Amino acid sequence: MTPSRTTRWAILGLVGLIFAVPIAAMTEFTLRRGLEGGHDLSRWITLFTGQLDGGYRQVWVGLGNSVVLAIVTVLLVLVLLVPTMLLIRLRFPRLMPVLEFVCLLPITIPAIVLVIGLATVYGVVARMLGSGVWTLALAYGVLVLPFAFRAVQANLQAVDVQTLTEAARSLGASWPTVVVRVLLPNLRRGMLAASFIAVAVVLGEFTIASLLNRTNLQTALVVVSKNDPFTAVIFALLALLFAFLLLLVIGRVGSGRRPGRTS
Amino acid sequence: MLGLVPFSAYVVLFLALPTALAVGSGFLDAEGAPTLANLSALGDPVVLNTFGNSMLLSAVTAVVGAVVGALVCYALLGSRSDGRLRSTVDAISGVLAQFGGVMLAFAFTATIGVQGIVTVLLADVWGVDIFAEGVWLYDLPGLFLPYIYFQVPLMVITFLPALEALKPQWAEANATLGGTRATFWLRIGFPVLAPSFLGSLLLLFANAFSSYATAAVLASQGSQIVPLQIRAALTSETVLGRENLAGVLALGMILVMAAVMALYSVLQSRASRWQR
Repeated sequence: MTPSRTTRWAILGLVGLIFAVPIAAMTEFTLRRGLEGGHDLSRWITLFTGQLDGGYRQVWVGLGNSVVLAIVTVLLVLVLLVPTMLLIRLRFPRLMPVLEFVCLLPITIPAIVLVIGLATVYGVVARMLGSGVWTLALAYGVLVLPFAFRAVQANLQAVDVQTLTEAARSLGASWPTVVVRVLLPNLRRGMLAASFIAVAVVLGEFTIASLLNRTNLQTALVVVSKNDPFTAVIFALLALLFAFLLLLVIGRVGSGRRPGRTS
Repeated sequence: MLGLVPFSAYVVLFLALPTALAVGSGFLDAEGAPTLANLSALGDPVVLNTFGNSMLLSAVTAVVGAVVGALVCYALLGSRSDGRLRSTVDAISGVLAQFGGVMLAFAFTATIGVQGIVTVLLADVWGVDIFAEGVWLYDLPGLFLPYIYFQVPLMVITFLPALEALKPQWAEANATLGGTRATFWLRIGFPVLAPSFLGSLLLLFANAFSSYATAAVLASQGSQIVPLQIRAALTSETVLGRENLAGVLALGMILVMAAVMALYSVLQSRASRWQR
């Protein structure tokens, strides 16, 4: 039932080649020299030697905002979602399907629909919490729920929470000790994967930021691309590379391979 | 139960409330009084046409994405699940499926835009002008290629785990009983995988139906698909001379998405019979 070596590499090679075309086209685009034609590295050099002028300040602001948003979103996942999942797993296992349904709902409710109501919600949020950049993370936490839930759930199902808890309790551990010193260390992998995927989703988010008139990395790129599409494409390529490396790390974390161990 | 309060409150405030406000706004008139009159917008020819466009775009890209993605999954069959090949393909698929958005609009402008490398090469080398009948990249036809570009990787992510349900023992049993590779796929492989395949196809449809970023950046004006029509309704006072159109469109979108996801969960439960 498995494909032959030739078939495998023929399919992967062909699809890979087709999918490489737009990425290659972006790269070629950034190397173009204005109207006189030809190619050079001047734009990449300008960027990496820090010679970009104030017109690109927006990108750095957007990047800074996106980093803040990514951090707050990860905190939301770790502080709100993970403890709730643990509590339900330990005390109210019957509610797990309900939690799963709620966490997967954002797949059914598109961001473009959420943003209509979020405009009103943020009117109130601004009065209570101010209009700081980080407040947008409250909306992003919802967007990453399906991904984060799946990552933590996969880990939770692989760990025998019941036995671990009973063992710790019978040795005299208090509940906080059980959670902090027994359960959370066992869930490290799921929490790490959930955090990485949250970072990737937040760095790529455009819909909500754009329609709420906030600045993040993606909206800044669109603004810059109106004046200098070339440099905007360089930034997009770098962001793409960063996201790829991030997901490569998730894959390694997820498959549970530790350095130096070959199995 | 007290421990469940923070998360519940958060979900109510940032998921349930915005959704209710979005859909609810479709049931209010200009003065904020309840009305059902706005719902007639869902029968407006322009709105119906937009929903038709969205469905066509989602259906075509879902089918192409599902078939090509399934082929890639087949090619990966038998490779080690913790191997370098698999983790690289997983990471690439994850990036292209979830991170896309704005980047994809840039990528396709650089590829098949007016000055795109493929456009220029085709014109210079073969004398083919892909925009002979006008520039279609920034309109509905231009969305198909970028959408397929993120649908294929999503298929790889969602369908690959299902392929693991194919047990080597079945292939052995098939071979012992004198079956060929063709009988294996026709009698065992396809029937077992069919529910997962259709489920993934629906997920792809839902994904395309709800995407906004790529379309918003490529088609900076106009409202060719429903998400762009919502943008138009949000950024200008009245569209098509109607009040609170965004809310009505949101309701329409949620109805379509709910139907698709309900069907998806039915197929998932059928598929899980083989995944024990």
